[in-house]
Amino acid sequence: MKNWLSQHAQSLLLALKRLRQNPFASLLNISVIGIALSLPSGLYVLLNNLENLSRQVSGEPQISLFLSMQATSAEVAQIQVQLKSHPGVRNFQFVPRDQALRELQKAAGISDVVQSLTQNPLPDAFIIHAKNSSAEALQALRDEISSWPSAAHVQLDSLWAQRLDALLRVGKLIILLLAILLSVALVAVTFNTIRLQILTQREEIEVAKLIGATHRFIRRPFLYIGALQGLAGGVVAWAIVAVSVHVLDKGIAELTRLYTINLQLNQLNHSDSLSLMLFSAWLGWLGAWMSVSRYLHQIEPR
Amino acid sequence: MISLSQVCKRYPGGYDALKNISFTMQPGELVAVTGHSGAGKSTLLKLIAAIERPTRGSIIVNGQNTSSLRPAAVPYLRRKFGLVFQDHKLLFERTVFENVLLPLQITGFERKESAKRVRAALDKVGLLDKEKTLPITLSGGEQQRLCIARAIVNRPAILLADEPTGNLDAAYASDIMELFKSFNQVGVTVIVASHDEAMLMRLNPRLLKLNRGELAS
Repeated sequence: MKNWLSQHAQSLLLALKRLRQNPFASLLNISVIGIALSLPSGLYVLLNNLENLSRQVSGEPQISLFLSMQATSAEVAQIQVQLKSHPGVRNFQFVPRDQALRELQKAAGISDVVQSLTQNPLPDAFIIHAKNSSAEALQALRDEISSWPSAAHVQLDSLWAQRLDALLRVGKLIILLLAILLSVALVAVTFNTIRLQILTQREEIEVAKLIGATHRFIRRPFLYIGALQGLAGGVVAWAIVAVSVHVLDKGIAELTRLYTINLQLNQLNHSDSLSLMLFSAWLGWLGAWMSVSRYLHQIEPR
Repeated sequence: MISLSQVCKRYPGGYDALKNISFTMQPGELVAVTGHSGAGKSTLLKLIAAIERPTRGSIIVNGQNTSSLRPAAVPYLRRKFGLVFQDHKLLFERTVFENVLLPLQITGFERKESAKRVRAALDKVGLLDKEKTLPITLSGGEQQRLCIARAIVNRPAILLADEPTGNLDAAYASDIMELFKSFNQVGVTVIVASHDEAMLMRLNPRLLKLNRGELAS
C-alpha cells in the first residue's frame, strides 16, 4: 500500500515536472481546454438563470375567464356551478367587476384615469387553476371554457412561460450537443499533446519496457499529465465563467435598477463547479490513456 | 531453467534468422553464444527475453512457455532477467544513480532499500563515486558497466548480455568479462553473446556456435 502510494506520488511529481518543462505549451493547452469548456458551461449558467427568471415571473399557470359585459348574476352563478363540478378544475376565484375596478384604482399612476370613467369598463372575471398544468390540458380546458355562452374572452396566462420553457429545453439540448462535440475535441487535443510527450520520452519507454515495466507503470505519468492538464483547464473554464457572470451581473444590475425588477445572476453552484473540473480532468485522462495505449500497441512485439 | 526446442524465427520479408534451434541450460550455467555477425545471436537472446516471439517452436524459461505468454505477463518474465545491451540503452537525462534505480522503481521497491541496492550495484561495477553524474560524462567502458549495474540491481537469476564488449578496447573488455565471471560464481545463470570467440573463451563457458541461424556444435 505504501509502495503503491509512493509510486503514484512519484508519477504525479514526474508529471508536474514535465508540465513545467514546457511551460508555454502547457499553458497554451490549458487555455485551449479552458476556453473550449467555458463555452458550454457559460451557456449553461445563462440558461439556468433564464430558467430561474421564468419560474419567478410565471408562477403557477392560470386561466382567466372574462365574461361578457351583459352577463347577469344568474349566468355568473351558473358558471360557478359549472366550474365547481368540472373535473379539470382544482380551484377558482371569482373577481366581480366592482372589485376589479377598485384594484385598478389602487394601482399606481392610473387612478386619475380610472376616476374619470363614467362607467366601469371591466367585466366580471374568474381566475381558474387547473388540476393538470401540462400545456395540452390547459389548452383543452381553455378551449372548453371558451365555448360557454357567456364567456367573452379566455386567456391562458402562462402560455408564454411554457413556450419559454420549451425554448429552454431546446437550449439545453444545444448545450449538450456543444458539450459533447467540445469534449471530443478536448480528448483529441490531449491525445495529441501526450503523443508529442511520448515521442520525447520514447527511449525511456522502450528501456522501461525492456526491463520489465508493465503498461500500467508506463502509462501512469502520462495519465497524470493528461488529468492535471484537464483539471487546470477545468479551473480556467470555471474562472472564465465566474468572471463573465460577475461582469454581466454588474451590467444587469444597472438594467434592473432602471426597470425596478430584482434580478441577480447566479454563479455556477458548488456541485456544478466540481463536476466541471472533474469532468475536464477525466477528459484529459481519457485522451492520455488512448494516446499511450495506442503507442504501446504499436511497439508491441509480434 | 531455459530450454529451447525447434525454435525458428523468420522476419517479415522471409529472412530466416534462426532455424531449428534446440538446447537446454541448467541453472548456474555460463553459456557463450558466438558466431559471425548476422548469425542470429541477438535474435536468440531477444527470443529468450521475450523481446521478440519465435515463429515456431517453444522457449521455456523457469517452466513458463514464453512464446505463448499473455502480453500482460511479459513484464513479469522480463524481471527475471538482467539485460545488458551493446548500445547500453542508458537514459541520458537521468543521473547514474537514477539509471540504476529504474528497475527498482518498476518493481515498486521500497525507497530506502532501493538506495542501498543501487549503491551496492554501483560499487560492484566500480562506479560508486559517479552516482551523481550524468551518463554522458562517462567513458564507453563506464557506460557499459553502468548498464551492467542496472541489469543486476534487481538481483536477477539470469543475466543476458548481447555484445557487451562490442565497442570497447581489450582492457575494458576483459574487465567486463571478469564481472560476468564473478556473477556466475555466485550462482547467476549467464548468457553472453559475442562475435569475439577468443574473448569468450576466457570465461570457460559452454560454447554455442551459431552459423547462419543454425546451431553448429
